[in-house]
Amino acid sequence: MAAPESTEPPKFGTGLLGWIDQRFPLTSLWKSQVSEYYAPKNFNFWYFFGALALLILANQLITGIFLTMNYKPSAAEAFSSVEYIMRDVDGGWIIRYMHSTGASAFFIVIYLHMFRALLYGSARKPRELVWIFGCLIFLLLMAEAFMGYVLPWGNMSFWGAQVIVSLFGSLPVIGGVLVEWIRGDYVIADATLNRFFALHVAALPLALVFLVIAHLMALHEVGSNNPDGVDIHKKKDANGHYLDGIPFHPYYTVKDVMGVAGFLLIFCGVIFFAPTFGGLFLEGPNFEPANPLQTPPHIAPVWYFTPFYAMLRAVPSFAGTQVWGVLVMGAAIVVLFFVPWLDRSPALSIRYKGPLYKIALAIFVVSFIILGMCGLKPPSGIYPMLAKVCTVLYFAFFLLMPWYTKIDSVKPVPERVTGHA
Amino acid sequence: MNDQVDYSRRRLLTAATVGTGAIGAAFAAVPFITSWLPSERAKALGAPVEVDASKLEAGQMLKVVWRGQPVFVVRRTKAVLDGLSGHDDLLADPTSADSLQPDYIKGAARARNPEYWVGLAVCTHLGCSPLGAFEPNAPTQLAGTDLGQGWPGGFYCPCHGSKYDISGRVFKSMPAPKNLTVPSYTISGDARIAIGVDETPKTA
Repeated sequence: MAAPESTEPPKFGTGLLGWIDQRFPLTSLWKSQVSEYYAPKNFNFWYFFGALALLILANQLITGIFLTMNYKPSAAEAFSSVEYIMRDVDGGWIIRYMHSTGASAFFIVIYLHMFRALLYGSARKPRELVWIFGCLIFLLLMAEAFMGYVLPWGNMSFWGAQVIVSLFGSLPVIGGVLVEWIRGDYVIADATLNRFFALHVAALPLALVFLVIAHLMALHEVGSNNPDGVDIHKKKDANGHYLDGIPFHPYYTVKDVMGVAGFLLIFCGVIFFAPTFGGLFLEGPNFEPANPLQTPPHIAPVWYFTPFYAMLRAVPSFAGTQVWGVLVMGAAIVVLFFVPWLDRSPALSIRYKGPLYKIALAIFVVSFIILGMCGLKPPSGIYPMLAKVCTVLYFAFFLLMPWYTKIDSVKPVPERVTGHA
Repeated sequence: MNDQVDYSRRRLLTAATVGTGAIGAAFAAVPFITSWLPSERAKALGAPVEVDASKLEAGQMLKVVWRGQPVFVVRRTKAVLDGLSGHDDLLADPTSADSLQPDYIKGAARARNPEYWVGLAVCTHLGCSPLGAFEPNAPTQLAGTDLGQGWPGGFYCPCHGSKYDISGRVFKSMPAPKNLTVPSYTISGDARIAIGVDETPKTA
């Protein structure tokens, strides 16, 4: 720093903020990440869900912390401590329903958020890492939700844990030892509940928060995609600002507050009037304490796992092992990570992609929903067949993507975003 | 003093430090990883269980807990026993060649005393507890489930629909790969069953 100090503009303000800014990059972080972070100006409805996911994460963290204050993570006390929260703790019922409804809301929002990426090619270059961090968040969220579901120690908690943990037992050679290691006993027991509690309230939330930060840092490094899938960084105005960009604050903070208001209206409606949501958000058999001798007559996971559960059931055992269903279910998640490289279309957004991609995406969405319904039904009648067909269609969407996006027709992609010029 | 930096020496020392640190970290991880294994207390809770099955009526079932796992004790009816060899074409492993059972458990009955069947009530698919559906040719005896034509009587797993006959032998093309496991047990003349005891009963 050779320049004389007097000729430089003052680097920091005065007062408390100036004092802080000399010691911590508060103002510069606020500017670079919020008030001068330029986002495309044509965001639509589908762009609410990232902010909503953050809101739900905060809801889960806060309600979760308060639930731990009365919950007892032992096989002997867990079920009754949850009932205690519901009946005897002031405000306990609403805190628990906010947490349980929040879990379902989290998956609704995340599924829509991921669908948005498939609509507009948000996973494509240069946002591959944004997508991969997102997939990791999805994976951790599933682990978090599963372990959270075990904590009330109802009968569905117990048998759900039994089924999911047994999945690892089908792995060759290490399976048996691995399952014992996960359970900490020869059956799902107190030790299992206790360690799931530790993971659910400490390890996984910590990892989730770090991944969310990484997801946002990667996003802010490359900039947001938009419904037209065009790069807004190419066109600047005379002041050097992006022609098609607007500062995140106040434009999108205000838009997101609007989205939050709409979301909370529905969210609170569910909490107040339908917290079990007809057995979808909280299942009936889980209002009975865990009984290691009695599997509930019909086991179904919570709705957000049912598409993957249906795939697991759709694959028969073969060559003396049931590992294939487990592998298919795992592959259904793993294949998501490759989306940025599977899509070979020159256009990012569905607006400029041809009919093949539109048909493929529609078939994919329908089969995913049908899989979800199959997973809720008993494995008899038409459902096993339907699940098999939809499992094939689910994988076809991803595995054939390099082919159909390549031969698909493309409309010319505009230079700038449309509709808001 | 020499201002020259010997980079190959630096690299070697850095690699050695990282290597030593990594080995140390791996050793430090051992107690954390082993802390997840079944504890000594969990291991100690594996004692045998005694059951008096003589009170069971034919066609009735008892569930007992042994090592934390549910175990079926079924007293089979004559009709079901007579039909045991009649449905081999439905089964994936009718001789139980590929199933977990003690050496003294053999044949279609899979029992020391054919009248009483003892087996783990743990589906070999993903560990659910199957339901008993012992009535032959009654496809709707379990609410909401169609057991199909020619049901010989047996078990049905509600989780993923695996079917077993009344000796715990799995049907073909089911999610479950193996027959239900038969634990080691002894049975006395008056139907006292000791699960988890392995000695062969003395011949009378």
